[in-house]
Amino acid sequence: MENLYSFTACELLDLLDRKSVRPEEIIDSIYSRSQSVDAKIKGYIRLDRDAAIGRASRLPASGRLRGVPVAIKDNICIEGELTTCASRILDGFKPPYDATVIDKLKSEGAVIFGRANMDEFAFGSSCENSAYFPTLNPWDVSRIPGGSSGGSAAVVAADEAIVALGSDTGGSIRQPAALCGVVGMKPTYGRVSRYGLIAFASSLDQIGPLAKDVRDAALMLGVIAGYDPKDSTSVNVPVPDYVSFLDGNIKGAKIGIPTEYFVGGLDSEVDSAIKQAIEVFKGKGARVSEVSLPHTEYAVSVYYILATAEASSNLARFDGVQYGYRCKDPVNVLDMYERTRGEGFGAEAKRRIILGTYVLSSGYYDAYYLKAQKVRRLIKEDFEKVFNAGFDCILTPTSPTPAFKLGERAADPLSMYLSDIFTISVNLAGVPALSLPCGFTGSGLPIGMQLIGGFFEEGKLFRMAHAYESSTDWHKRSPQL
Amino acid sequence: MDYEPVIGLEVHVQLKTSSKMFCGCTTEFGGSPNSHTCPVCLGFPGVLPVLNKKALLLAVRAALAVGCRISGEVKFHRKNYFYPDLPKDYQISQYDEPLSENGKIEIMSGGTAKTIRVKRVHMEEDAGKLIHEEGENSSLVDFNRSGMPLLEIVSEPDINSPDEAYQYLTNLKLLLKYLDVSDCDMEKGSLRCDANISLRPKGDKGLGTKAEVKNMNSFKGVKAALEFEIGRQSGLLDSGERIVQETRLWDPEKNITISMRSKEEAHDYRYFPEPDLVPFALDGNVAKAQKASLPELPKARKERFMNLLGLPDYDAEVLTQEKENADYFEECLKNYDKPKTVSNWMMGDISAYLNSRAMSITAIKMKPASLAGLLKEIDSGKISGKMAKEIIPEMCDTGKEASVIISEKGLSQISDVSELEKFADEAIAENSKTVEDFMKGKDSALMFLVGQVMKKTRGKANPAMVNEVLRKRLAGKK
Repeated sequence: MENLYSFTACELLDLLDRKSVRPEEIIDSIYSRSQSVDAKIKGYIRLDRDAAIGRASRLPASGRLRGVPVAIKDNICIEGELTTCASRILDGFKPPYDATVIDKLKSEGAVIFGRANMDEFAFGSSCENSAYFPTLNPWDVSRIPGGSSGGSAAVVAADEAIVALGSDTGGSIRQPAALCGVVGMKPTYGRVSRYGLIAFASSLDQIGPLAKDVRDAALMLGVIAGYDPKDSTSVNVPVPDYVSFLDGNIKGAKIGIPTEYFVGGLDSEVDSAIKQAIEVFKGKGARVSEVSLPHTEYAVSVYYILATAEASSNLARFDGVQYGYRCKDPVNVLDMYERTRGEGFGAEAKRRIILGTYVLSSGYYDAYYLKAQKVRRLIKEDFEKVFNAGFDCILTPTSPTPAFKLGERAADPLSMYLSDIFTISVNLAGVPALSLPCGFTGSGLPIGMQLIGGFFEEGKLFRMAHAYESSTDWHKRSPQL
Repeated sequence: MDYEPVIGLEVHVQLKTSSKMFCGCTTEFGGSPNSHTCPVCLGFPGVLPVLNKKALLLAVRAALAVGCRISGEVKFHRKNYFYPDLPKDYQISQYDEPLSENGKIEIMSGGTAKTIRVKRVHMEEDAGKLIHEEGENSSLVDFNRSGMPLLEIVSEPDINSPDEAYQYLTNLKLLLKYLDVSDCDMEKGSLRCDANISLRPKGDKGLGTKAEVKNMNSFKGVKAALEFEIGRQSGLLDSGERIVQETRLWDPEKNITISMRSKEEAHDYRYFPEPDLVPFALDGNVAKAQKASLPELPKARKERFMNLLGLPDYDAEVLTQEKENADYFEECLKNYDKPKTVSNWMMGDISAYLNSRAMSITAIKMKPASLAGLLKEIDSGKISGKMAKEIIPEMCDTGKEASVIISEKGLSQISDVSELEKFADEAIAENSKTVEDFMKGKDSALMFLVGQVMKKTRGKANPAMVNEVLRKRLAGKK
């Protein structure tokens, strides 16, 4: 069959079910697609056709993803396979175990296919902080794909992958999904096990799917979600059949539009795309009204205190003792620590480690970390108030601008940090959110809309997103490659 | 000048769980290096800790036994510092909200009871161990110990002498062993102690500058290190010098402490709440259930031994100093109801047997019921106390019952009067001089004749009966 790479997972499952294709054919199709386009996109760090074909020929007898190839962000551990967080410091590191999500994918018959590029340790919003190379936006290769799951978003957008896993700490799934014109879901904190996800900020990280449409995202989340006794922060709430939520019925659904998200700095094309999207929802019978998330303005500051504090501690273990990179000929332990970390980490990783170390230091802890924790609670309460008032979801732009030019913000960390301004609060609150395509700029760059839900209300978000998607064609467009 | 030492102790004990604090690895001591490890206790990228419930229960148990108030919430912090034996380069510990606070331990000081307040009891994980091979310019790490569950017990600075410190440690160890929460074996590292010590002029209420002393590997070492520090610090103070706040290492070879690092070089541990372990409410019923299941503690047991079993203070004290000894004692009493007799044998011959072999009572093969059997044989007159003394080591070595050894060795005592009369008559006939002496009123001469009878029977005669029989026969000659 032609162009299998352009199909969605659900379409492929249907073909596989009817024995119209074999899993190996799908692998071959996306592999040859990657061969022809990835030189331009550079979405994959590693791609091993033979290994994927091998896996595709040894699948379990059944499974919800049987035969579907899945690209994996490079910070999710796969047993015996290089997992480097796109960092030099994890040079040669092959985990001795599978992350829980990998375990689940494998047992549902998914074929692990290729490691997607990312900002080093998920530090960034452009994929420029990879120790390997930057990934480029399939819609305009002079632009960034977003980050940190930029590789995952780009390979899905470029039809080099059917679906992908990413991780989201402050917007790292949703922002690249928006900038690459695909669907990306950040689940409720605790919905998906973090066991085997190399931690950036433990209290914010979640693994989630990137997909070509809402149905695939719902299918994927259903497979990877669930309580995991190996992750004390995972929550024991039953996993519903997310695909069953895709009934198109959103009549009477209440959508909140937070006034704080429509202020200066919002690109006018993004603004008007969101306004049109609101009209689409209204046309389908949803009730739309303004809501307030008053502590929004503090989110970026709070995030960069808490996330860097946790990161500074999480990244301490990369010390050259047991695994990964070790500097040459250290003269003593201190020298080994200093040079290993000095040579192994990139600039952004060092910046965040230093920031995080500073805010946790004695004498500064109360003013920064403790204060930030308090404000984090207020931000969470902002969301709780809205959902307690009966709103089904909150609608915002995913990113204030479409994809920016490569190098444009690289020298200015603050402007880079601000590209996550609409996604960060969600992680601080722990609620779920997804991004889906809602238009294009005049120059043909995708625009994404974010739908935020209450705790464990991913099903509702999929219903809303699917209803919108069914009335629009944005998700059907493909980049010219 | 006369100074008063002010001492606070930080004791770490390893909790007696079968698996580590945050993973399923075994807590067994030993094992080839790094054989008791997994990605979690090796701190591999991406792994997460899951709290061992048993460790928590043991910690609650210990905290309750020292009278601490248990916190309603269990919360962990990360203590950040770089060291090659610390695989994550942070230790999961507890910080501003420990498991429990405000307890106490009673000690005897100069003949009077004294209360040492316990500031806090909290949980944390252990680190691995560095191995420095001689002649190598690199070191090795063994992570078998990494992630072992520890309990830290911190005293208030209520201890005022090395002797009180020794007492505190002894009582704490006894308590923890009674609770069965730890083996408290300093040699295996399952009990460790650091001491903070400062001096102040006698009568003063203020606190002097303290030194922290580490690396003591026995309670005697703690005592010796504190004694050394008192000498060192008072020497400095007397000569008008200032004490520097620092950490010092005890050198047990040279019997001195040496400076390790000053306050300025102290770590900034950057404590913050451990995000991988969500704080959780400790169900009040957990503490209640633990409290209800606390065993009888040493002090109560000693009092019971005195009041209900009629043991003297000394016996009760000695027997309760080790939980296993007291258990053995009570097991024996189930089959033999003379407490003081059991106590005498345990503190006498059994204790001598154990001491000469550096063994504990749990290591001997003689069951408490077997000891009871032996004591019954004495009471029935079948064997003498002296014979019993000879039998005990064999019973301890082999676990054989007394009756078996008695018949194997033909040891049973001659208590048959007519048989004894025969031997007595022989002795009288063979020692006319001694008989004469006795007749003249020299009572001690009888002892010689008893000895002769014992010799003839190769010690098997019942000495009390021999005595009686001889007197009767001699009286008949008058």
